[in-house]
Amino acid sequence: MKIGALTEVFPGENRVAMTPESGLQLVKLGHACVIQAGAGAKAGFSDALYTAAGVEVLADAKAVIKAADVIVKVRGPEAAELATLKKGQTLISFFWPAQNPELLAAAAKKNLTVVAMDMVPRISRAQKMDALSSMANIAGYRAVIEAGSNFGRFFTGQVTAAGKVPPAKVLIVGAGVAGLAAIGTSVSLGAIVHAFDVRPEVAEQIESMGASFVFLEFEATQDGAATGGYAAPSSPEFREKQLAKFRELAPEMDIVITTALIPGRPAPKLWTEDMVRMMKPGSVIVDLAAERGGNCDLTVPDEKFTTENGVTIVGYTDFPSRMAAQASTLYATNIRHMLTDLTPKKDGVIVHNMEDDVIRGATVSHAGAVTYPPPPPKIAAIAAAKPKPKVVELTPAERRAQEVAAFTAQTRNQVTLLAVGGGLMLLAGLFAPASFMSHFIVFVLSVFIGFQVIWNVSHSLHTPLMAVTNAISSIIILGALIQIGSGSWLVVVLAALAVFMAGINIFGGFMVTRRMLAMFQKS
Amino acid sequence: MDYGFTTAAYVVAAVLFILSLGGLSGQESAKRAVWYGIAGMALAVAATLYGPGAGNWLISVVMIAAGGAIGWVVAQRVQMTEMPQLVAAMHSLVGLAAVFIGFNTHIELVRVMGMDEVARAALDGFAAVVAEKTGVETNILRVETFLGVFIGAVTFTGSVIAFGKLAGRVDGKAKKLPGGHALNAGAAAISLALLVVYLMTGSTLALIGMTIAAFFIGYHLIMGIGGADMPVVVSMLNSYSGWAAAAIGFSLSNDLLIVVGALVGSSGAILSYIMCKAMNRSFISVILGLVGSSGAILSYIMCKAMNRSFISVILGGFGGTTGPQMAVEGEQIAIDTEGVAAALNDADSIIIIPGYGMAVAQAQQAVSELTRKLRAKGKTVRFAIHPVAGRLPGHMNVLLAEAKVPYDIVLEMDEINEDFPQTDVAIVIGSNDIVNPAAQEDPNSPIAGMPVLECWKAKQVFVSKRGQGTGYSGIENPLFYKENTRMFYGDAKKSLDALLPLID
Repeated sequence: MKIGALTEVFPGENRVAMTPESGLQLVKLGHACVIQAGAGAKAGFSDALYTAAGVEVLADAKAVIKAADVIVKVRGPEAAELATLKKGQTLISFFWPAQNPELLAAAAKKNLTVVAMDMVPRISRAQKMDALSSMANIAGYRAVIEAGSNFGRFFTGQVTAAGKVPPAKVLIVGAGVAGLAAIGTSVSLGAIVHAFDVRPEVAEQIESMGASFVFLEFEATQDGAATGGYAAPSSPEFREKQLAKFRELAPEMDIVITTALIPGRPAPKLWTEDMVRMMKPGSVIVDLAAERGGNCDLTVPDEKFTTENGVTIVGYTDFPSRMAAQASTLYATNIRHMLTDLTPKKDGVIVHNMEDDVIRGATVSHAGAVTYPPPPPKIAAIAAAKPKPKVVELTPAERRAQEVAAFTAQTRNQVTLLAVGGGLMLLAGLFAPASFMSHFIVFVLSVFIGFQVIWNVSHSLHTPLMAVTNAISSIIILGALIQIGSGSWLVVVLAALAVFMAGINIFGGFMVTRRMLAMFQKS
Repeated sequence: MDYGFTTAAYVVAAVLFILSLGGLSGQESAKRAVWYGIAGMALAVAATLYGPGAGNWLISVVMIAAGGAIGWVVAQRVQMTEMPQLVAAMHSLVGLAAVFIGFNTHIELVRVMGMDEVARAALDGFAAVVAEKTGVETNILRVETFLGVFIGAVTFTGSVIAFGKLAGRVDGKAKKLPGGHALNAGAAAISLALLVVYLMTGSTLALIGMTIAAFFIGYHLIMGIGGADMPVVVSMLNSYSGWAAAAIGFSLSNDLLIVVGALVGSSGAILSYIMCKAMNRSFISVILGLVGSSGAILSYIMCKAMNRSFISVILGGFGGTTGPQMAVEGEQIAIDTEGVAAALNDADSIIIIPGYGMAVAQAQQAVSELTRKLRAKGKTVRFAIHPVAGRLPGHMNVLLAEAKVPYDIVLEMDEINEDFPQTDVAIVIGSNDIVNPAAQEDPNSPIAGMPVLECWKAKQVFVSKRGQGTGYSGIENPLFYKENTRMFYGDAKKSLDALLPLID
């Protein structure tokens, strides 16, 4: 098959869907590649580079469309552009089928097979073709760079001979791929980074990138896994809480980067006009959602401007295009991976397998019919979070009642034990002679003291405790010492042996304990 | 003869012993506590030699010196990994001494009973004490002597077998003669019958017969207990040796012996209780065990409760198995030294879980060195110690202390169990049951309900293990099959030594 890449017609678009490197890889798959002359120029890939990589350079779009079976692009086609495509041709590009139903209908009418790169399902296997993530990653990075170039201070705090510089405080709203990339970039520039997201489960990811999660106390938070890892619209109460938190943060923040998007909806308004007014002069807001209306009330898409109180608001919508070389490389690789999946035998024959979850998901028009929206994928994007067992919060009164009950039970136990013990003791006293009872009292009290004392011994010292009690148990030597003065030779011999053994025990036990304890030391 | 001075010294000694045990509540005060114990013992021995034990004192001194020299040398030479054996061996000495002293009491009793009034009046020392006994008191003395000998004899053979098992000279597996626990019960019944005979007639033969029966009980009880239950056994024997001393104290009317015997006995009983709790033994069996320390039948029940495999058969209520164990699915995935090193180099927080395997492989120095290297790189390294890890209560703490691991990073199960989910790497070195998730997941597992270290909640688990076998307890461990578990096969010391140069 022939894969052809077109020059982007959208004004200001610098990216290209095929790089010399990806062309080389496509040839290895058995395909032939063509490209429109000058398509890669703005991304820094000259026609000569393409020719060197084995990609045929054709003069204009018409020639490419005529030659190629598969057209690859970055942006979705304009209506006029779509009209020029051949019937039955395959188009791989961003398409946004939900926003462009007429375009989709036109494509189906022309019997085009359209693979929308924005519709690739979010499953592990498809990550290598997830162009949205690649572009978001670039946008997040670039947003920080844009913010930095419009921000008059250092990111990192410094103490220099010329004075102290406080570190910049950055707030990232929305911790998707772009948000996380922005966190990583600003953290590595040395800023103090806070990040917020409506999905509480991303707190861990935020913290892993080195930012602190802005915690919002709210009960009924949603499970982001149910929506394929994307955020869903939040309730009005939640929104109010969120805005209140932002108002609290606004005066402190030097740079705010908003990345909040909800699939298929206009961007939520999260940074209101009054928040902008609360910010310090010189602060910067970068609104990555500008294309979809912006998260900030004041954002003007595609423009950068400074408000009356000196806050710069950046509303560019073409962050990836501003880093065309990087963006093209990543995007072209995503496209190449998509084509690899479409060419299972690596023989240059495209098999459009509509049973495949990834291909089915991304295909929005095939064989003359609109195939959007796709059926739900067979594999869930993210394992659904297990519902957490509800811990019943006890009211102070209930807790108190429980404590009282536990105490009463304990008292009852103790009293019962004491009564039984005392009864047995009295019974023994009835029969045993007084001489025995006096010793018995000593015995019982000692057991009691032993119990009280040993409970406090720390776990780690149990072995020394055994060694000490072992040494101490050789107190039995006293018995032997008392008997050794007997008149009977047998008694003397046995007693002497007992003294001997107990002697071993006394010295051995105490020595070994001392050795052990000497080893315990603090770090 | 007036023993007022001796009694005063005994009071001081008793206080010193109590302080000595109480001081073990902290590492620092423990060092002082040992000196209290030594001082108490010296005082007690000196006071006895000066007072009631003055007869033949030269023999006493020579014997103490000889025994002391041996004890000193042994204590200096013993390896820290051999600590369990040493403690068991020492218990056996106390047990045998109790048997000898009990027999002496009997011999004196027979001798004194055979004398006439005049000869009795001329006696001094211990014989004089015996001579003054009335009829009831003589009977009580016989019971006390009998008990002292019995407990002493059980302690003696039990400790010898425990020593053999711990030292590896006797097979560690639970073994019983045909007839099993019925034999123990029979021997205990014979002992009880002989007690009655002894009370009636004072016959020497009855005492000797009972001693033989008790020797058998001690031998057979401990033979029937597997190596994994040794922490309980050793602390039970510790308890027995204390009760033996207390019984002897009764028969000799010596309060210090009673006090110290009771202290040691209760301390051993509490240790057994803590161990039992850590192994999810039922509370009732422990209570029985406490009482059982002074009675053969009950200790027989206690030991039955410890011996897991027979729990369900004889005492169904003690949490025995009720169905087939869950089958373990998956496979054990091995990892090489480089893989472990890479993961450790990347990790921020590491928890090491040592077990008996570390002691066997003498790997504590290597573990310590690994800890030092990792800590030098700014990583958080901590140790999680299960209460029954090893063969002695607190065994692991002592080994790690020997290898100079600071004790403040060595934590108990309850202190650290909640931290596993935030931990990057958990390293299991030679432990098995104490990290077995089946205890929580499989109600039919023999160890169901036993508290375990939840190491599988860490992001990654490495298990250093000699081979694929099930180990001492014979229980399959699903941990080894978990997705985040990698098996690091080989002798723990060799594996760690190979690992050390790769940590940079």
